[in-house]
Amino acid sequence: MTDLPAIWSYLSREPLLWLTATLIAYVAGDAAFRKSGRNPVVNPVLVAMILLSLVLWSTGTPYTTYFEGAQFVHFMLGPATVALALPLWSNLSHVKATLIPMLGALVAGSVVAILSALWIAQALGVEGPALLSLAPKSTTAPVAIGISEQLGGLPTLTAALVILTGIIGAVLVTPLMNLMRIRDWRARGFAVGVAAHGIGTARAFQVNETAGAFAGIGMGLNALLTAILAPWIVAMLFSG
Amino acid sequence: MIANLAVFLSFQLAGEVITRGAGLPLPGPVLGLALLLLACIAVPSFGKRLLPTAQGLLSHLSLLFVPAGVGVVAHISTLGSAAPALLAALVGSTVLALIAGALVFVGLARLTGSEAGHD
Repeated sequence: MTDLPAIWSYLSREPLLWLTATLIAYVAGDAAFRKSGRNPVVNPVLVAMILLSLVLWSTGTPYTTYFEGAQFVHFMLGPATVALALPLWSNLSHVKATLIPMLGALVAGSVVAILSALWIAQALGVEGPALLSLAPKSTTAPVAIGISEQLGGLPTLTAALVILTGIIGAVLVTPLMNLMRIRDWRARGFAVGVAAHGIGTARAFQVNETAGAFAGIGMGLNALLTAILAPWIVAMLFSG
Repeated sequence: MIANLAVFLSFQLAGEVITRGAGLPLPGPVLGLALLLLACIAVPSFGKRLLPTAQGLLSHLSLLFVPAGVGVVAHISTLGSAAPALLAALVGSTVLALIAGALVFVGLARLTGSEAGHD
């Protein structure tokens, strides 16, 4: 019979424990989400990340150790992004019919996200690299980090701001759209994809397949547009 | 299922190789998405075969953000003393971007006569 510390020292070295913990925390988060009557505030990502953070904190486990297990889940983001092509393909007739509304909403959502974030933060006294890190926060993490580096921001801070933006968008989109009486799933999905990238898109897929498809398009297009716009807007606002 | 996953990974791989090779300012998986879309348009039976696996993967898209989310909590100190101001900027700009995107979409859909979509 092996003693407990020996078992713990095995588990803390292997990816098994934290991979399992990530899946269990998500299942718990998803169960809480369903039990709440699919309340957007009980976001499964938010619940899972709070549960896991508590476990890491109480066991004194560093994030790098946790990520050695969790990286297998994280890795699947790449193939999942590629898989967004399928709902896009099966909704192609909708997409072709709404090309103009999509392009208009893309430019509006993207520009408003960048400008208003910079203005609000600047008005509240944020400056320097922290302010620049904010510019690409509505776009998907790998693109945002690249843009942030290019602008002279802090990539780690940008990564955190991107994830927080996704959670904020996923939590707020349903009540906000209901308040505005917007019932068009295409508009709801597209707006959340542009404003809150993959986490917003995941939320859209929870609600409606069409909304999810349009969110995926919004996210993909905004990855491109933010890469072009953010350096230009920052140069315009902060030059001289 | 495994064959379909291999297809997604192959398109991601192609996307990574091309974006890095050509120095394009977009992530490899996004280019992989675009290439796969073109392939499905060219060969619809290919799309039909992949669709169930994609729906399975995407119905749990939230799960895939959990490791990065835990990272935010672990690195919350990177927000520094500017944390309240940054959070206010995130909430404010996300609300405004959602409103702007949805209103422009609905307005232009009405103008171009492509309404409906309440399914």
